Amino acid sequence: MRGCSNRSKQNQGKAVCMTNCPTLIVTVGLPARGKTYISKKLTRYLNWIGVPTREFNVGQYRRDFMKIYKSFEFFRPDNEEGLKIRQQCASAALNDVRQYLAEDGGQVAVFDATNTTRERRETIIQFAEQNGFKVFFVESVCEDPDVIQENIVQVKLCSPDYTNCNTDEAVEDFMQRIKCYENSYETLDEVLDRDLSYIKIIDVGQRYLVNRVLDHIQSRIVYYLMNIHITPRSIYLCRHGESELNVKGRIGGDSGLTTRGKQFAKKLAQFIQTQSIVDLKVWTSQMKRTIQTAEALAVPYEQWKALNEIDAGVCEEMMYEEIQESHPLEFALRDQDKYRYRYPKGESYEDLVQRLEPVIMELERQENVLVICHQAVMRCLLAYFLDKSAEELPYLKCPLHTVLKLTPVAYGCKVESISLNVDAVNTHREKPEIGPLIDPRLVRHQERCRHQNCGEDKPPLIVR
Amino acid sequence: MDREAASQAEEMSKSQATLTQNPLEKTWVPWMKSRLNKRRGSSVPQFTNSPTLIVMVGLPARGKTYISKKLTRYLNWIGVSTKAFNVGEYRREATCSYNSYEFFSPDNTEAMEIRKTCVAAALKDVFTYLTRYQGQVAVFDATNTTPERRQVILSFAKDNGYKVFFVESICDDPEIIAENIKQVKLTSPDYTDCDKEEALVDFLKRIECYQQTYIPLDDDTDRNLSYIKIFNVGSRYLVNKVQDHIQSRIVYYLMNIHVTPRSIYLCRHGESELNLLGRIGGDPGLSHRGTKFATALGDYMRDQSISDLKVWTSHMKRTIQTAEFLGVQYEQWKALNEIDAGVCEEMTYEEIQEHFPEEFALRDQDKYRYRYPKGESYEDLVHRLEPVIMELERQENVLVICHQAVMRCLLAYFLNKSDDELPYLKCPLHTVLKLTPIAYGCKVESVFLNIEAVNTHRDRPENVDVDRDPEEALETVPDHM
Repeated sequence: MRGCSNRSKQNQGKAVCMTNCPTLIVTVGLPARGKTYISKKLTRYLNWIGVPTREFNVGQYRRDFMKIYKSFEFFRPDNEEGLKIRQQCASAALNDVRQYLAEDGGQVAVFDATNTTRERRETIIQFAEQNGFKVFFVESVCEDPDVIQENIVQVKLCSPDYTNCNTDEAVEDFMQRIKCYENSYETLDEVLDRDLSYIKIIDVGQRYLVNRVLDHIQSRIVYYLMNIHITPRSIYLCRHGESELNVKGRIGGDSGLTTRGKQFAKKLAQFIQTQSIVDLKVWTSQMKRTIQTAEALAVPYEQWKALNEIDAGVCEEMMYEEIQESHPLEFALRDQDKYRYRYPKGESYEDLVQRLEPVIMELERQENVLVICHQAVMRCLLAYFLDKSAEELPYLKCPLHTVLKLTPVAYGCKVESISLNVDAVNTHREKPEIGPLIDPRLVRHQERCRHQNCGEDKPPLIVR
Repeated sequence: MDREAASQAEEMSKSQATLTQNPLEKTWVPWMKSRLNKRRGSSVPQFTNSPTLIVMVGLPARGKTYISKKLTRYLNWIGVSTKAFNVGEYRREATCSYNSYEFFSPDNTEAMEIRKTCVAAALKDVFTYLTRYQGQVAVFDATNTTPERRQVILSFAKDNGYKVFFVESICDDPEIIAENIKQVKLTSPDYTDCDKEEALVDFLKRIECYQQTYIPLDDDTDRNLSYIKIFNVGSRYLVNKVQDHIQSRIVYYLMNIHVTPRSIYLCRHGESELNLLGRIGGDPGLSHRGTKFATALGDYMRDQSISDLKVWTSHMKRTIQTAEFLGVQYEQWKALNEIDAGVCEEMTYEEIQEHFPEEFALRDQDKYRYRYPKGESYEDLVHRLEPVIMELERQENVLVICHQAVMRCLLAYFLNKSDDELPYLKCPLHTVLKLTPIAYGCKVESVFLNIEAVNTHRDRPENVDVDRDPEEALETVPDHM
């Protein structure tokens, strides 16, 4: 998740160390081939699974420098002044890359630019070598005019470059812009570039050419890129209907639906009908309350154990008041860092993200899906789609009896929140004011002693 | 909504309140067995509708059988029923004895007929496996080097509603081919009565027979087929038209395996305090003997003189304590944590029999699928270990310090053990298993480091009925304090 990467031995335990030296991902391709789309999506995914990643879009540097975009003439290969500025922008971006990877704790940087000549790529390779970064190229090749057209309509027309143009002018200008690159375009070559590590994506995923994958992170990147698609679809996220334990204010457990919960399930079935969704897949967890909800839809559904609610360990089926009373230090620790906090004999949000990764991968492969899950799980999934940080994730609002409809659009995701008008308790607990920070290492010992009656009762060490 | 769906919906809403929990797997199913709920019984949906036929393509000695067997082993382990069909074996059965490479000469019409019959026989068995026995994936292992032969298979698959995915292995590195021949061809039944030199010469001529008519999958004419081309044992891949989830998983797996020689060391943590008391699970520290084992493990690994050894542990104290004695860097995987025994955590088998006799019996009935109340099953374990296996495939020399149930799952993957065998594999404390891939399988060396420890292995008792006597349930429990 976004937030500084912690290379200290303490945090090494959270996931396998996937990278020794940082990785520089370099996009390659003509304009309107999806490079920025891929860069942003990949960055979002890597951050979500815990690999600090940032993208550097050279076009953005150019916009910041130039302030005003006049026309495609800026990109003409014989425009010397234009070339000089573009070179400077690329250098500035690389400088920021170096800062991010070498000094700011980044593990992956995505260098998003056309990089269409071998010469430009050679410069980047040398830069990476000097700084001890591994390089992985991601080239997007596409000649389908429909795909390119759709691309331009979705993301170019609303670009800051074309705010003062009408649609036809903008399209015409952009097509000319593409032409400026076409003559000097040197695609990654099977023979000349055989020692480079890269993936070539052809025709939006019809075909892939993968060369010299060096390590775990590159292997994961390739797997991810091979599973994403751009076919229009929607993902529906919701929680199970209100459960018996919800009403009692207790967390976790495996209870059934209340009457209101069953009403919600019926309303959900009606809602799904009205949406007239093509070929909808329905997924639930293996807990009774999500399955009961799905049963009302009268369609086939798949159960995923990975969608089970966060395991609250020793606090399962307790009320927050009871946790406060029996495990006050644990309770405080949780508020200190809700994302990383792991219940004793239970899980953390961070653990949840790891177990949800195969679900996200399959969601990327699928088209229309309804996921009936739980509060903490829904927060994790939502954070992935809406690019929320580790700090924000555990406090995302996912109320009962509300469906979130996510539709990918341009570089992000449109969210529609639909309340199905069935009352339910509120299970959302806001982040309280932080008291004095507590050293986690002391807490487990303290509380374990208290619960085992070993008599020790030292006051907690307070870290300021 | 049409009438049938409407009445079904009504039925559903009536049964909404009535879910029952399967006592073995602890999964919730509708009270009335609805045809809507056809689970395949696992924690992860299978995502396979039509069966898949994987078709190998490539000259001899390009690793087709190696890939077939490995892929089959992996898919079965993750719960996708898979079987490999090697046409060479059918040929050996049909011809009784192998004379020479001339059998494979393109102008040997008599041999051609026999070879075609063998293909037909193998495809017939594929049909039986996929359609009659509900297998999910069949791997058709043969050279399949001509478009004509591939078309035969495509038609066969189309007629039966199978998806087809080609795996082509292309290699022109003479060293790799020579090593290949040495490892698996010289010991083949075809060459039992030959000396090595003769066998090598004959085999190279055999390859030549195919070379004349070999037409690889073509990027243009075959653009509508689904396939992966593997170049030079993985330095490059070409992937075309992946259709579905299982093909995507297969591609990911194939792109992570390698043939670089290496060894994988599996062992459990040193003996723990709870081991001594005969209690399962928990998060105890090492016993005195456990720490002695850890020291001995350090000595053993140093003697192995391994370059660049990676060491992995779980997040549990006892594996981490063991690793600490090695004095090298190690990585912690939560996925390597011992199976969660839920409500039975930290109990002895005697206590489980006393408090949960029915659960105890159910576990003996189907130890692989049985899930502890609020805990896990071996089947769940396999799914959480899948990323570990994937990373083990990528890595070279690795020492994995884990736990009994976890080690059984990993071992079952490497040694191709079935669901029934897996939960009863013997993984005693203080014993290191050294696994070295060789030919089509894995060599296992078991090294006991000479530090005594309790036995924690409980065999399946004779009587697994829920109404058995406590003595019958406890007859196989190992001794403890």
